[in-house]
Formats: sequence, structure tokens, C-alpha cells
Amino acid sequence: MKTQNTAVLGKALLIAVMCVAAAACSKKVKDTPPTDTGPSTGGVTDTGPTAPGAFGPSDLDRDACLRQRVVYFDLDQDSLRPEFQAAMSCHAKYLRDRPSSRITLEGNADERGSREYNLGLGERRGNAVSSALQANGGSAAQLTVVSYGEERPVCTDSNEECWARNRRVEIVYTAK
Amino acid sequence: MKKLVLSVVLMLLAFSANAQQLEVDLIGGRESALPIAVVPMPYQGSATAPQTDVAGVIRADLDRSGQFRALPERDLVGRPTRGSEVDYPAWRALRQDFLVVGRVVDAGDGGYRVEYELFDVAKQERLLGLAMTARANAMRDVAHQIADAIYEKILGVRGAFWTRIAYVTASGGGKGSRYALMVADSDGYNPQTVVRSNEPLLSPAWSPDGRKLAYVSFERGNSAIYIQDITTGGRELVSSFRGINSGPAFSPDGRKLALTLSRSGNPEIYVMDLGSKALTQITNQFGIDTSPVWRPDGASLYFTSDRGGRPQVYQAPAGGGGATRVTFEGAYNADPSLSYDGKKIAVAQGAGNTYRIAILDRSLGSPRWSTLSPGSLDESPSFAPNASMILYAAREGRRGVLYAVSADGRVRQRLVLADGDVREPAWGPYRSPR
Repeated sequence: MKTQNTAVLGKALLIAVMCVAAAACSKKVKDTPPTDTGPSTGGVTDTGPTAPGAFGPSDLDRDACLRQRVVYFDLDQDSLRPEFQAAMSCHAKYLRDRPSSRITLEGNADERGSREYNLGLGERRGNAVSSALQANGGSAAQLTVVSYGEERPVCTDSNEECWARNRRVEIVYTAK
Repeated sequence: MKKLVLSVVLMLLAFSANAQQLEVDLIGGRESALPIAVVPMPYQGSATAPQTDVAGVIRADLDRSGQFRALPERDLVGRPTRGSEVDYPAWRALRQDFLVVGRVVDAGDGGYRVEYELFDVAKQERLLGLAMTARANAMRDVAHQIADAIYEKILGVRGAFWTRIAYVTASGGGKGSRYALMVADSDGYNPQTVVRSNEPLLSPAWSPDGRKLAYVSFERGNSAIYIQDITTGGRELVSSFRGINSGPAFSPDGRKLALTLSRSGNPEIYVMDLGSKALTQITNQFGIDTSPVWRPDGASLYFTSDRGGRPQVYQAPAGGGGATRVTFEGAYNADPSLSYDGKKIAVAQGAGNTYRIAILDRSLGSPRWSTLSPGSLDESPSFAPNASMILYAAREGRRGVLYAVSADGRVRQRLVLADGDVREPAWGPYRSPR
């Protein structure tokens, strides 16, 4: 059982590393549909010209790195895995390029153990992504963390593969 | 409106149909359980017979407690309805320690009167001879109260069958999920919806008078704590700070609410005065502090904290002050629930991928652990007010179900409450004060 889990994780990691190595790899690390970006908080979507080299709202759907909106975590861990560094820097660049943009980081945990404790775990993961985005130049004022604990699973089977998909932070742009 | 009423009625019918499927799971021997025969209580009035099988409800209650072994109806050797009709040697030959007989008569206004007697078979002595009157729709309540009286007369411990439970149901999946906070009788019958939401609901907690529930709702996008009156439906938003608002627990006097807030950036335990809404911070520690519960004397709080690495149960004075660790065995102990005397702590105990309900009993000299559930994803234990049973949530496939287990772990019953996912059980207080 344990070796099987390790093998699954190892495979996921390998795919992730290949993605990063390929640089232009547009496939996301995990086979999850693009995140619903939620309702805009109104009036902030800017369709005007952007500076050369700066991200604009349309890049959120086009840019391979910006399209990566889910960050996965190891069991009981809130530290960012190395393969998500690239995503942290491109989302942080977006926040810098567009100071009016806002992100809600939705922290989630797998189903095991206490629901209330898992709310705490989800928040820790959200905070870890928030810190990483700030370390890359994003502003704290642009970031909100919400923890859903184990209440919003993307997968409902009780096995390691499913739990790994649920231990995640979703990056949701509430203002582009 | 008519359509709405109809659908509510249909839903209630569907629920009551499902509630028939209660399953009792008997684990191991019940040698020490007391044998008791509960004879059917026939209707002797002149109107319509009640729909409730009063003796059947009493029998199921006593059986579920683990303290009694009720004689199956098919094994009865007679159908006495009053003391003068009892053939003691016949019941003695069946090795029955106790016998309950009774009958249902008219009480006027469409109500019924249940007259019942409890006998000690060996001594041929009447222990109880009482009557209870109720409306037709409250016959299950009467049966639960009779079971409580029998339980207390024989064991010297107040019965807790006439109590209610709260829980959360979830149906659908993904974005289409629907949630409901429900209240039902302690055996899962008479389910009623307290509140519905399209966003997750969790952590229901009873007020000491049984009139209100505090709970967490995500309907505002983030977690928030509400207090809702079960009868009127009126509700109040009491906590919606930035960050986590979770784990509400009423103080034993009902004037305060313990809760978890991460408004400081980290989940900490607070106590809110419900009159002034003033907050007192109880913990201030790097690490997740959550799931507070009150010691019954109101002097201290027990809670989950991972300040030592993994989640364990800690205790701190309810006015604030240093916390001390309570659980040392097991890699993961969370979701504490306390017995009425504060001596037993039920937790969700984790080891690897297996989570079981365990009890730490401190009523004897040295603390003693016992495991009450088989796993593998058991959580949210909640003591009955007399600590005779514990309600908890388990998973079967993709579905959440509730179990009631006797405090000695000998009898476990699955409560089939509704289709879909059932979780977050909370056992309510006694329904009448003493």
C-alpha cells in the first residue's frame, strides 16, 4: 500500500518536473478543469492597453503558467513543493502588473480526521501560498485566504490519489 | 406555496420511510446486559389505535443502550397487560430479570394514556406503576420517556432516550451540493430541517436548554457562526471575522460561547459573552487550536491543538491561562467530547489512514483508553447527556453515516437517517430540567 502510494506520488512528481522542464508545457500538473474564477467584484476589469511585457486579463486564459491555478500539498504539510515555484512567480508578476487585481486563495484539506482541525490545515496552506506570492512581489492587500477545510472535495473516493487531489489551494481571481 | 407545502410533506414522508431502516449491530457478547421482557401494550380504547408500537420503541431503546438485552417479541411467553395477569414462573424460566407490561387507553381530545408497570421477576415485586398522557403524534416521546424511567429505576442513572440529536446532511455533489442542518429524535425518527444552504454547514452545538443550535455556515463565502432558535427559526449572526470562525460550544450556563477564530492570523480559542459579544482570547500559541468544549463545571475548556506537532487534546482555564496536554497516547487525537461528569473524553483517534472513536476514561486511578469503533474514517464523537452512548460519524463508501455506540462499545447501531451524506452529529441535552 505504502509503496503504491509512493509510486503514484512519484509519477505525479515526474510529470510535474517534465512540465517545468518543458517550460511551454501547457498541461497542468494535475488533470483538473480550469478553476471557476468566480464573480468579479465589479468595475475593475480593465480592457485598456497594457505595458509591453506586462500581463493583461486575457493572459489568465492563455498563459500556460497563469492557467495553473491549483497548488497541491503533501499529507499534513503546508510547505510549497518546488514544482509550484514557477506558478508563484507568474501569479505574483500578474499581481504586480495589475495592482487592481485581487486573488482569493481557497485552502482545502483531505477528508481524514477532524473537520474543524482540517479548516485550520486548509488555512495554513492558503497562508503558505499567500506568503509565496508576497515573497515574489505580490501585495498582501491583493490577497485573501479562505479555508474550506475538507468541505469542498474535488474527488470523493477514500484513497491516496483522491486525497492528494483534495489537499490543495485554488487560486481564484476575484478581480482581474 | 401549496406546491412547497406538498414537497415538504413528501420529503417528510420520504424521511420517515427511510427512518424505518434502523439497523442494530451487536458486537461481541452481551453476557452482562440485563435481560428484560417488554410485552406489547395493546390499545384498549374505543377510538382509533395509535400508530406507534409503544412497547417496540421501549424495547429498541433499551437494547441500543448496551445495558439491556430485550427479549424479542416472538419469544414472549404471554401477553399480560397488568400486574395481576403476570405468570412469574414462566418469565423466570425464560431467565428474564425484568418485565414491563402496559396498555393504551383513551385520554380524551384524541389523546392517549399509557399505563405501564415494571416488575422484578425474581422478587415478584413491582418497581414502577405509572401512566403518561399524550397526543397521538407524541406517542414516540411517551415511549422514550417510559424507557428513560425504566432505565433509571433499574440502573440508578438517568435515561437519555427522550433526547434529540442534530446533524448535517449533504446531497448532490460539487457545485450542486445542498446542505441541511437537521434535528431528530435520539433514535433517528422525526427528522426536521432547521436550516438549508447551498454552502457547507458544520459543527452544530446545542444550547444547554435545548432550544438553540450554534453552527458554522459558509453562506457568506467564508465561515461564520450563527445561533438559531429551533422552534421559531429566528437566527443571529454572532461571528464573521476575517479568517476562520468555527467550533462553537455553549457554556454550561448558556451565557457564553467558546469558538475558534483565526482573525489574528492563526486559529486560537476564544470565549464570547453572548450578551455583550465581548471576546476573551484563551489561547495564544503558534499552531492550530480548535474544537473547544466546556468542562461541565464551566471552569475549563478542552480543545484540539497541534502545538506539539500532531493534533492532541489540551485543557486550559475558561478565563484564560496556560494550557496543559491531556492526551498522550495515539498519534492523532481530535474532536473532544466530554461526559457529563467530565471524567471521560471521547476523541477521533488517528493512526496512519485509520481514524476510530476512542475514550479516555479518567474516572479510575490511572487514565485508561478504549476503542469504540472499527474505523476507518470515524469522527465527531458526541456523548449522550448521561454518557451511556456516543454518537459519531463514519464513512461507508462515498457516503457519510451516523452510528450510536454504547459507551462500553458492545452495541453499535447505524442510524439510517436520509439518502445522501450524513455527518457532524451532536447529541442534545435532556428535554426536561431537574
